[in-house]
Amino acid sequence: MIEMVIPPAFLLLAGAVLIGVTRGWLRTAVLLLAPLATLWAVWQVPDGVAVTAYFLGYEIEPVEGSALRRLFATIFSIMAFVGGLFAFRQARWYELSAAYAYAAGAVGVCFAGDLITMFLYWELMAIFSTVIVWVGGTPQARAAGIRYAIMHLLGGVILKVGIEGIVVHTGSVDIQPMLATNFDTWMVLIGILINVAAPPVSAWLADAYPASSATGSVFLSAFTTKSAVLALILLFPGESVLIWVGLYMVFYGIIYALLENDARRILAYSVVNQVGFMVVAVGIGTEMALNGAAAHAFAHIIYKALLFMSAGVVMYRTGFTRCTDLGGLFRTMPFTTVCGIIGALAISSFPLTSGFTTKTLISVAAEQQGLVVVYMLLAAASAGVFLHAGIKFPWFVFFQKDSGLRPKDAPWNMAVAMGIFAFLCIFLGVYPEPLWALLPYPVEYEAYAPGKVLFYLQLLLFSGLAFFLLLPWMQRTLTISLDTDWFWRVLGRRIALALIALITRTGKGLSQLLENTRQQIAPPLLRLLDNKGALGRTWQVGTTALWIVILLTTYVLLYYL
Amino acid sequence: MSLTSQLPALQVVVPMLTAPMVMLLRGSSLAWAAATAASVMAFCIAIALTLGVHDAGVLTYAMGGWPAPFGIELRIDAFNVLLLLITTGASSVALLSGRFSLARDLPEDRQPLFYAAWMVALTGLSGIAVTGDAFNVFVFMEISSLAGYILVAAGPDRRALTATIKYLVMGTIGATFYLIGVGLVYMMTGTLNFADMEVRLAEVTDRAPILLAAGFITVGLALKAAVFPLHFWLPNAYHHAPHMVTVFLAACATKVALYVLLRFDFVVFQGNLVGHMAQYAGFLAPLAILGILVGSAIAVVEGHLKRLLAYSSVAQIGYILLGASFGDMAGLSAAFTHMFNHALAKGGLFLVLAAFALRTSGLRLRDVAGLAHRMPLTCAALLILGASLVGIPGTAGFISKWLLLSAAFQQGPLGMVAVVVVVLSSLAAVVYVWKIVEQLYFGEPEDVSDKAATRTQASPFKSEAPAMLLLGIWVVALANIYFGLFPGFTVSLSESAAAGLMSHLP
Repeated sequence: MIEMVIPPAFLLLAGAVLIGVTRGWLRTAVLLLAPLATLWAVWQVPDGVAVTAYFLGYEIEPVEGSALRRLFATIFSIMAFVGGLFAFRQARWYELSAAYAYAAGAVGVCFAGDLITMFLYWELMAIFSTVIVWVGGTPQARAAGIRYAIMHLLGGVILKVGIEGIVVHTGSVDIQPMLATNFDTWMVLIGILINVAAPPVSAWLADAYPASSATGSVFLSAFTTKSAVLALILLFPGESVLIWVGLYMVFYGIIYALLENDARRILAYSVVNQVGFMVVAVGIGTEMALNGAAAHAFAHIIYKALLFMSAGVVMYRTGFTRCTDLGGLFRTMPFTTVCGIIGALAISSFPLTSGFTTKTLISVAAEQQGLVVVYMLLAAASAGVFLHAGIKFPWFVFFQKDSGLRPKDAPWNMAVAMGIFAFLCIFLGVYPEPLWALLPYPVEYEAYAPGKVLFYLQLLLFSGLAFFLLLPWMQRTLTISLDTDWFWRVLGRRIALALIALITRTGKGLSQLLENTRQQIAPPLLRLLDNKGALGRTWQVGTTALWIVILLTTYVLLYYL
Repeated sequence: MSLTSQLPALQVVVPMLTAPMVMLLRGSSLAWAAATAASVMAFCIAIALTLGVHDAGVLTYAMGGWPAPFGIELRIDAFNVLLLLITTGASSVALLSGRFSLARDLPEDRQPLFYAAWMVALTGLSGIAVTGDAFNVFVFMEISSLAGYILVAAGPDRRALTATIKYLVMGTIGATFYLIGVGLVYMMTGTLNFADMEVRLAEVTDRAPILLAAGFITVGLALKAAVFPLHFWLPNAYHHAPHMVTVFLAACATKVALYVLLRFDFVVFQGNLVGHMAQYAGFLAPLAILGILVGSAIAVVEGHLKRLLAYSSVAQIGYILLGASFGDMAGLSAAFTHMFNHALAKGGLFLVLAAFALRTSGLRLRDVAGLAHRMPLTCAALLILGASLVGIPGTAGFISKWLLLSAAFQQGPLGMVAVVVVVLSSLAAVVYVWKIVEQLYFGEPEDVSDKAATRTQASPFKSEAPAMLLLGIWVVALANIYFGLFPGFTVSLSESAAAGLMSHLP
């Protein structure tokens, strides 16, 4: 029996369109129901290829199910729902509509059974995430949006070239594990790595996400990087380059987050850092590591969104995001503070939070593969995460000095959204079995082995101690960290300007040369044309005539070569 | 004989007979209505022919009952109907939605004459697309060009006249070159029918005149098609022509010349000249690549919207030529798909410019600043059309760029150069489309009254384009999405067109 399978992405996309055309309570209903309907549809997708179609003569598979794909689609749908709940009373309709279309792209990537479908949804995400950055509304958001768009279009073009190469050279559009061995696969890998904010372009993320609105950054934090992680798991499991790329991202995120003053930029850098963990896991490529990457992506979306939500509420209520402007908010925003702390604990993989159960999967996978260096670096990085995100973010925003701000606590819808995610953080930390049941491979792993808990507690407590001992040096001032994006923002611009100047000069030189040649030889015929006067700027006609002669001669000569 | 079998002739006859009729009609509205009706009818005939070709493969029609090669033969295959659809479709959309725009550009009493010229141009362009006779092509080319000069010269300011003169000189040189080429072939074979030429050329032993004929025809038609570096006439002509004429000509005029170039080359020369494919590709591919790069680069720095899009057209012609210069099935079908898709995107964009021109003082970039607040629907359509021009997935432009890249990948190392060029110019397209979008959505109008209108946003829909124009724009914009999501029709048509040409290869 053939069952009709509804592509889940279509439901969410329909929701995005409906948000645009409805008003009032009807829009609210659409907002809340569309992700839930999507979630339902996600669980109707059977294993294996469910829908096939023909596009440009290739047999494409718009919907293909597997445990891993469902896991990512599930968390993306949940994210769309909670994000919608968080934002619907505060965000403008076009931001919400774009966010849902963006989420639809991410869900579509989850179920894409072939490279072409994946690419189509990939670009859908790129376009609508750009819209979300833009509707931040500030001049910074506009400028960052342009850089974001160019970066992602560039990534899209590279990905497209790679996919086309694979399609032409292998004749198969299927998504299957591969290694970066030739030009085509390298292009695909680079295209995906641009989306996970890998070096040397990691900076697009911290450039664009904090520029969006208080609600937009919640959506942005979830989809682009994590769908790229899924693509890496599906296409490049065990590609050892990824281990080093991931480690770079882990430490890049930590260092820049420690230097940063803006609360939402701290969180953006820690996205890079956390995604780095997942990329390392994909690079290790064992069953346990891939489990770890998937589980960590799941948990990460929840606590990262929770952190961005708490920062978003602060920004919504106070209008500030810089650590130097904030502080002491716990007095009037107790609920937001608690949620922020839970998110912060989860991201630092504190025992009894979701981060602990999932991140240790990755560390253990590294340990089992005998990658001692990687294991040690990851452990050190965990301490670093606790420093910048676990303590620094809540400390400077909610405690520290009293900034004199007395804002109200979160509006009810934002509070409910944060509550849901805070609950999930704790729930998955205490009782991770439901999540593990979703993982692609069977889990034989005891998260709460006494030795491990002790090890992590020591690690975290000592880094916490270090933080407060070093507090005078950690005190943030108004600084701007120079990042690799200088290379394309300033250097790239200068090179482009120089190139344009060069081209213009060459063009002018060429036409000058032609003009001179014409004047010097100046056959009587051309002068005759000149004399007619009515021809106006005759040199153009003359030049073209010269070109015609050149081309005709070339054409005939070519034949004798 | 049923009416269906007469359709190839009717395709030309309907606009031809409408032309004098329109001229006699008094009153611009009536003239417009008649011309539009004829154009829409021609479009319907083109659709009927498409269906006919789909069923029968090739349709032939002997003019006056004289069989080919003695009489003139109309010969219609997939390539022809592709051209006919583009030509008649562009004409219909431009006329249907262009009433207000044309009424503003032209004085009332000259409008019937103008519509008559339009019909003559349509006659010529359709004629080229249906005939199977080389000299007939020349006649129709002259008809369409002469009418085209009138259409361009009708532009609202006097610079249109100098642009027309340049267009005329270039067009005449191109047509003359073509005629010289046809003359040489006629001298050697004694026939003017394409199919017959192919057969008779095989018996000709002296190849020098044939080679020279190929040179004249290729260069002459390249001039007509505005292939780089023979494109100088194009930006001026597009710029100063009435906006609706630009829509019409941008969508089809250059493509018809490219059609003749390819038809002549593949049908007549490829089978009969040794090593011709290498020469054909070696000559056209560099021009295509240079055209793409230079056209895109100029579009990036250009500040006038019509010229910007015109230079983008130079680049897009390069795409079509690049695909065709691969000389294989994949390349040709990519080129033909791009002909269709580019006509959709560029025609739509010029329609949008026509709408802008009705509401702004000019079409420089700074004139349209902040216009998105006053014309939200028009500007939203521009986003879709611009996305199609760039080649964003989900739009028609994506399909042809995809096919073009696929074809390039099959070309080996040289194809990689093509890949790099296409990628570079796609990025350039992002830049120049973005320049427009940025001005529309984020620009601050200079004009004080415009600024006030933008600020208060009192009535965002009041200053929208006229309903018919807006409808036309959106139909084209949605067609861009439709053919992007369901490319089956265009791709299969292009593939059978390409197969038709490829069958002439030795």
